[in-house]
Amino acid sequence: MSVTPFKLPVVPHIRRQAYISLYEKGLRADGRGIHEPRSIDVKTGVLEKAEGSAHVSLGSTQVLVGVKIEVAQPFRDAPDQGVLVVHAENVPLASPIFEPGPPDENAIELARVVDRSLREVKAVDLESLVIRVGEKVWNLWIDIYVLDHDGNLFDASMLATMAALATTKIPDYEETEVGEILVRREGASKPLKINHKVVTVTIAKIADFLIVDPTFEEEVIADYRLVLSFDENLRIVGAQKTGEGGMKVEELKEAIRIGKNTALTYFKILNQKLAQGV
Amino acid sequence: MGHKAKVTLIDERGLRHDGRRFDELRPISMQIGVLANASGSALVEYGRTKVLAAVYGPREPSQKFMVLPDRAILRVRYHMAPFSTSERKNPAPSRREIELSKVIREALEDIVLSSEYPRTVIDIFIEVLQADGGTRVAGVTAASLALADAGVPMKGLVAGVAVGKVGGVLLLDVDEIEDSMGEADMPVAGAPDLGLVTLFQLNGVLSEEEVERGFSMAWKAIEKIVAMEKEVLRKKFEAAGEEV
Repeated sequence: MSVTPFKLPVVPHIRRQAYISLYEKGLRADGRGIHEPRSIDVKTGVLEKAEGSAHVSLGSTQVLVGVKIEVAQPFRDAPDQGVLVVHAENVPLASPIFEPGPPDENAIELARVVDRSLREVKAVDLESLVIRVGEKVWNLWIDIYVLDHDGNLFDASMLATMAALATTKIPDYEETEVGEILVRREGASKPLKINHKVVTVTIAKIADFLIVDPTFEEEVIADYRLVLSFDENLRIVGAQKTGEGGMKVEELKEAIRIGKNTALTYFKILNQKLAQGV
Repeated sequence: MGHKAKVTLIDERGLRHDGRRFDELRPISMQIGVLANASGSALVEYGRTKVLAAVYGPREPSQKFMVLPDRAILRVRYHMAPFSTSERKNPAPSRREIELSKVIREALEDIVLSSEYPRTVIDIFIEVLQADGGTRVAGVTAASLALADAGVPMKGLVAGVAVGKVGGVLLLDVDEIEDSMGEADMPVAGAPDLGLVTLFQLNGVLSEEEVERGFSMAWKAIEKIVAMEKEVLRKKFEAAGEEV
């Protein structure tokens, strides 16, 4: 059951007019432009027990992603493919609005938008994750851990997921005489095969403005957010309108144009960080 | 899905497996007032997809703290009946149903005049009785009718439809076979009288041009479906008028 949020802070609504006055000058409260994302930091290989990991800061939003790899049975309708699972936790230490407990609709939506954005464009080469067709494949668990919530969890989670996947190592294994797979996590490993890199761009509508990379306060006062997923060729590989307000018909085109520009910025930063091997 | 792979999705005359053109809706049927207990209800069919919606309220919330001082709260549940799919669906809410309940609620929030009923809750229950593609968008259409049937004031009527890309072609109102073999599925819902898109999702890969062309196809169809909603509601209220 989905319920209208009734516990969100009211303070941002009091500041709404101040935000709008800034947008009219093309500015944000933190000094950036309305189509400019906050500063991005990407660190990979931050967890030793995970086969892939990344920590991303987007302004003061922080997301940690760990990729774990385990042996599993393939799905019956996809015997020649590995298994990809995306899970997101809005950890209660990340925000006063997060509560302990199983993932709520926001965490589920976040995980499913990231999942679809990867799956439909075949971002991960699942066919390279087969150990024995129809019997044993690698299961890729992508766990998104929101550590500090200052808005735009979609873009931060997608950047962290992509950075973690790009540095994920598939462990070596041995087959026993009875066909069991023994994973050798300490031994040699090979990189995970990535077909496409994907980023999401979140655009929030506030008054008459479409702004990029909203902070938490901006999300609270926004009419809606449009999350657009792009691959490196700027094809649209997913979309999700989220939030209570309706989108004017003519805003879709404008949002795609803004989204493409921001996607280029995200890809540039992501590729730079990955090339530096951080 | 293996056994369905032999279906020809578009034949040499450009017709789909069920004889429709690329931009043609399935036969749509709508009935309102189908449940006695609910404040309002609707049964909507898009071809073989069959969705029942009921509205309860505005009413007192079951939990006293679950209120807003300036408006009614909406509670939406999208749920698939266990017998709605080829293989029995576990009745426990899946992650997909939790997400769809949220996006359907958000498809209605800006339409319902909830400020008319502060400190109350409006419950919208959607049950998919038979799933053959497009269940969430048929659910939005059914919810719109059930709200109107309940007499809940709204800024306009909402309807939904999905556009798919199948075999490189954009198809309106994709059914289950087309969706399962397609490259993209783009559900859209909104209120054409207000020019507001209230549900927009894309699962799959499309170019910018395809998103825009697919959206236009969906929007034209949504205008048609809302016109059908108005016709059904007008008939009911005309009949009620004659009785007085």
